[in-house]
Amino acid sequence: MNGFFDIPSDLQHSYQGLIGLHLREALLPVLAGLLLALPLAQLCVRFRWLYPPVLGATTILYAVPSLAFFVVLIDYTGQTELTVMIPLAVYSLVVLVPAIVDGVRSVPQETLAAATAMGFGPVRRYLQVQLPIAVPAIIAGLRVATVSSISLVSVGTLIGNQGALGNLLADAQKYDRPELAVNSVITTAVLAILCDALLVLLRVVLTPWMPNGTRRRPKTGVRQRRPAPQDVTR
Amino acid sequence: MIRIESVTKRYPDGTVAVDRLSLEIPDRSITVLVGPSGCGKTTTLRMINRMVEPSEGTILLDGEDIQRRPVTTLRRSMGYVIQNAGLFQHRTILDNIATVPRLLGWGKQKARARAAELMERVGLDAALAKRYPYQLSGGQQQRVGVARALAADPPVLLMDEPFSAVDPVVRKGLQDELLRIQEELGKTIVFVTHDIDEAIKLGTMVAVMREGGHLAQYAPPAELLSDPADAFVEDFLGADRGIRRLSFFPSAELPLSTGPVVPADATAEQLAAPDGPWLLVTDADGRPLGWGERSDLTAGDIRTDRLVPHGRPFVPGTDSLRAALDSAVLSPAGHAVAVDGTGRVTGVVSQAAIGEAIRSAHAGGHADEAKVAS
Repeated sequence: MNGFFDIPSDLQHSYQGLIGLHLREALLPVLAGLLLALPLAQLCVRFRWLYPPVLGATTILYAVPSLAFFVVLIDYTGQTELTVMIPLAVYSLVVLVPAIVDGVRSVPQETLAAATAMGFGPVRRYLQVQLPIAVPAIIAGLRVATVSSISLVSVGTLIGNQGALGNLLADAQKYDRPELAVNSVITTAVLAILCDALLVLLRVVLTPWMPNGTRRRPKTGVRQRRPAPQDVTR
Repeated sequence: MIRIESVTKRYPDGTVAVDRLSLEIPDRSITVLVGPSGCGKTTTLRMINRMVEPSEGTILLDGEDIQRRPVTTLRRSMGYVIQNAGLFQHRTILDNIATVPRLLGWGKQKARARAAELMERVGLDAALAKRYPYQLSGGQQQRVGVARALAADPPVLLMDEPFSAVDPVVRKGLQDELLRIQEELGKTIVFVTHDIDEAIKLGTMVAVMREGGHLAQYAPPAELLSDPADAFVEDFLGADRGIRRLSFFPSAELPLSTGPVVPADATAEQLAAPDGPWLLVTDADGRPLGWGERSDLTAGDIRTDRLVPHGRPFVPGTDSLRAALDSAVLSPAGHAVAVDGTGRVTGVVSQAAIGEAIRSAHAGGHADEAKVAS
């Protein structure tokens, strides 16, 4: 295990540098995906007929292998980080759109009717009522998107060493240093777990109104449907 | 005043939810829309705050077409309460109640202070202010719903089956509370329910609607009970409308007799005096203890624990003939026990005398306008 953190110089980064790069390449696409998914999901909620085609189209995009994406994109964006991040953003979008749509739709009819009747306009109602109530579902979607994004960044190795920690896998082979592969796998896993934990924490902070830690409604409360986190994957 | 002028709601598929409905809703009173499901009562209510737009006809609020006002302004001037309260699960109780004031642009402090004031008004413990809706019982949530609707002090309150999802005991409490609040605030309330008893209890005016959005009858509850417009209304009122109608006749005129009333320390002479086999025994303060048969009562040694319960007494002037009759029917002696406000016996009245009072009340034609508690 000698030289576990001894990063080959061809990667032009220290260990910490690789971690920073990895996080950037993984999380910026998730953020971009979220920013795109929010309005798209709202359109799908507003116009019900739009949801099935959007869901179909995004699912097909999800089925496109990342390598194929890279090949197409390389002509336009070259061997850059951007080429890695665009497919990842698309994958995040695919996960997040249904999560947000389901979350927003899970807001009980009574709550919506009450909001409308009290004089909320559509925009205010969306921002102040529907979105906050959809936060648990959105964060559940973000967890899936974030973890898969962190693991997928490694594929970027194949286009001009843009895989951050994934580049260690290639170097492990190139220099016959298996410990670099172990380092890559473990570090990536730890990053994924940490980010996931942070999102769970964020959810707890943002939703003090949820019955203590559980996602089930209490018997005394108003009956409502909320998708369990595992329902909100894609 | 809200005027509904030959309003029709027709959906694109051709169903008619409301059919040429005209209704004048008087100010500062409770108007109840009642009817079986599918009669268009909720649709009618929702047309008043434009959650549903009528296909034909107009609705006037204080003489002005409601279409003329911006829809959010209109809605913020009308409180709205629905079944299951429809609270915002992500906001605290205080912030739920402060919703409309905040929409109207009040500062946070002022809105919250107002919300706290309303919690007290609807009988909610101030300790609940920082809680979230899931931590409250159904009845408490409904109170929050009422407080939220009242927060901006709107002149109009629309209530859509607000109490139908809570159990009967809680419902009765909420109804009484609403009547009390209405007495204090004098709002123009439009109340939708499918429960005719609730309609009769709460309504100043009751509009009975039938399937297809037709108005079957629009009348004060006493008139509804005495003169149902047709077989549908009669059937909807249920089997015992005659008895229920007694709720609208006062009991003040009943002839009270103190003859059979004896104190627990009565002498043999006092026990022998009255007619009839049953005597009402009272304690030293004049409160009723129970009925005893003369043959079982011994002067100086009345066993109060062996008396027959006297049932629920009525208060003449406050209670209705229905309460008096109920008290008489429950009593083994066939006499209703009348008490004053402090629970002291003022006399008893026989079933026969109550029957007489009912006959003369009916002969008088109209039930007393002033509604007395049953």
